[in-house]
Amino acid sequence: MLEVQNLHAFYGKSHILQGVDMRIGAGEVVSLVGRNGVGRSTTVKAIMGEVAPHGSIVFKGRDIAGLPSHRIAQLGLGYVPENRDIFPTLTVRQNLVLGIKDSRKPGRWRLDDMLDMFPNLATRADTPAGVLSGGEKQMLTTCRTLMGDPELVMIDEPTEGLAPLIVKQVGDLISHISQRGVAILLVEQKLSIAMQISHRVYVMGHGRIVFEGSPAELKGNSKVRRDWLEV
Amino acid sequence: MLELVIISALNGVLYGLLLFLMASGLTVVFSMLGVLNFAHAGFYMLGAFFGFQISKWFGFWWALLLAPIIVGLIGAAVERFALRDIHRSGHVAELLFTFGLAYVIEEVVQIVWGKDPVDYRGPPSLDFPAFSIFSTNYPSYKVFMFAISVAIFVALLIVIKRSRIGLVVQASLTHPQMVAHLGHNVGLVFTLVFGVGIGLAALAGVIAGPILQTQSNMAASLIALLFVIIVVGGLGSLAGAFVASLLIGLIQTFAVSLDGSLASLFGPLSPDAPQFLIRNIWTVTIAQVAPIIPYALLILVLILRPMGLFGTRET
Repeated sequence: MLEVQNLHAFYGKSHILQGVDMRIGAGEVVSLVGRNGVGRSTTVKAIMGEVAPHGSIVFKGRDIAGLPSHRIAQLGLGYVPENRDIFPTLTVRQNLVLGIKDSRKPGRWRLDDMLDMFPNLATRADTPAGVLSGGEKQMLTTCRTLMGDPELVMIDEPTEGLAPLIVKQVGDLISHISQRGVAILLVEQKLSIAMQISHRVYVMGHGRIVFEGSPAELKGNSKVRRDWLEV
Repeated sequence: MLELVIISALNGVLYGLLLFLMASGLTVVFSMLGVLNFAHAGFYMLGAFFGFQISKWFGFWWALLLAPIIVGLIGAAVERFALRDIHRSGHVAELLFTFGLAYVIEEVVQIVWGKDPVDYRGPPSLDFPAFSIFSTNYPSYKVFMFAISVAIFVALLIVIKRSRIGLVVQASLTHPQMVAHLGHNVGLVFTLVFGVGIGLAALAGVIAGPILQTQSNMAASLIALLFVIIVVGGLGSLAGAFVASLLIGLIQTFAVSLDGSLASLFGPLSPDAPQFLIRNIWTVTIAQVAPIIPYALLILVLILRPMGLFGTRET
């Protein structure tokens, strides 16, 4: 579904991505893990066109490298950024409505589904989203992206700064998304939920992929974990 | 006296509404694109002159319809083909560009229509007094201006608060990149907002032209006043722009119609000593200082409340 080959990206003069290769199949749950500053978020931003990409990014058979962000989103690629960019002055409901790309074509997620799934969001449907807690904001941004009915969702650091109980909820949500046939790229610093819900894991270090395999294989490979993950 | 107060209040509110038609576009464009558009009043002037020309050819009602659309399209083209590229070179480049554009518009207007005021009149069908207050007839054209301004204000409010495109605009004010990630064409929204803002300024020009003077210097004096309004109201705040527009409109109108001075405040009891010492200030009338009142207000607001009346960020 998504095939990234030899992807490079720059911030000013610093060469952040130095040839990233990865692929995600339809319906697959894939994690991209690594320490801070190795280029995980930049990889996702380059795919979404927020950072200028150099290399090949093919989504559903189409080269999307360099397209404007909104075109990429319209092709069915969803992105949940790490800073949980909710629209703080708009209500929870308005935030969700903005996720819909084409109101004439109903997707697999409806507004009511989202509110049923998250009673917290339902009770606050008409309050400004700025007052939500960190966990609620994470749920809201994820749900908002789902309203656009993507076929692949890239979720950047969804568990950062959340309490363990909420982390479990986020994990449940991602499993639920996957059950509905949506492919997922989960970007995480910690291995916690990545190991439980992924089919495959990529480990990133210094701007390129240094390991690819199943969670079990990563568990068995203490060298990769020691060199590239553990602090 | 009461007659003067009522008439001045009506005129002040009307002037305020006109100012709001211009300030609304200016403040929204600022918060969305980060551009202080020095040419904004120039587009207001273009609206007035286009209105004059079109009403000469086809009549006023066509002018009312067409001039804002044409000028709005010109504005949209300016955003799409010039400002968007200049944006990458930073704010100074943008500021200089709009500054230059203001002069270009003024020169073009002078070349085409000359420096003298043109004979721009409202529609003959509105050329009758709507009602009388004491001995003053209030022209129905002014009532019509009221109606148009209020209708535009209400329509703008409904579109922004209720419609889907309004939601996209509101979200793009603070998080344009995120809005793009959700699949909305933010660039197109920017062009649209810029075009509509310019179109509103042009509309103000079309309806104000017949009662104020339609002349090639009408923009230059206005842009500073518009900046006062959006700073006093709070940059990016539509509600703030509305209140500040009315405030400035009323202050300006009352100040020029009041003929008082410090000396007259004391009447026949006016002491002689001050006359001797600060004679110039003592006898200056309010009407004479009217033009500086908005700027005094600006300074006051910047000292006491730098984010403006309704603003959320420091200016």
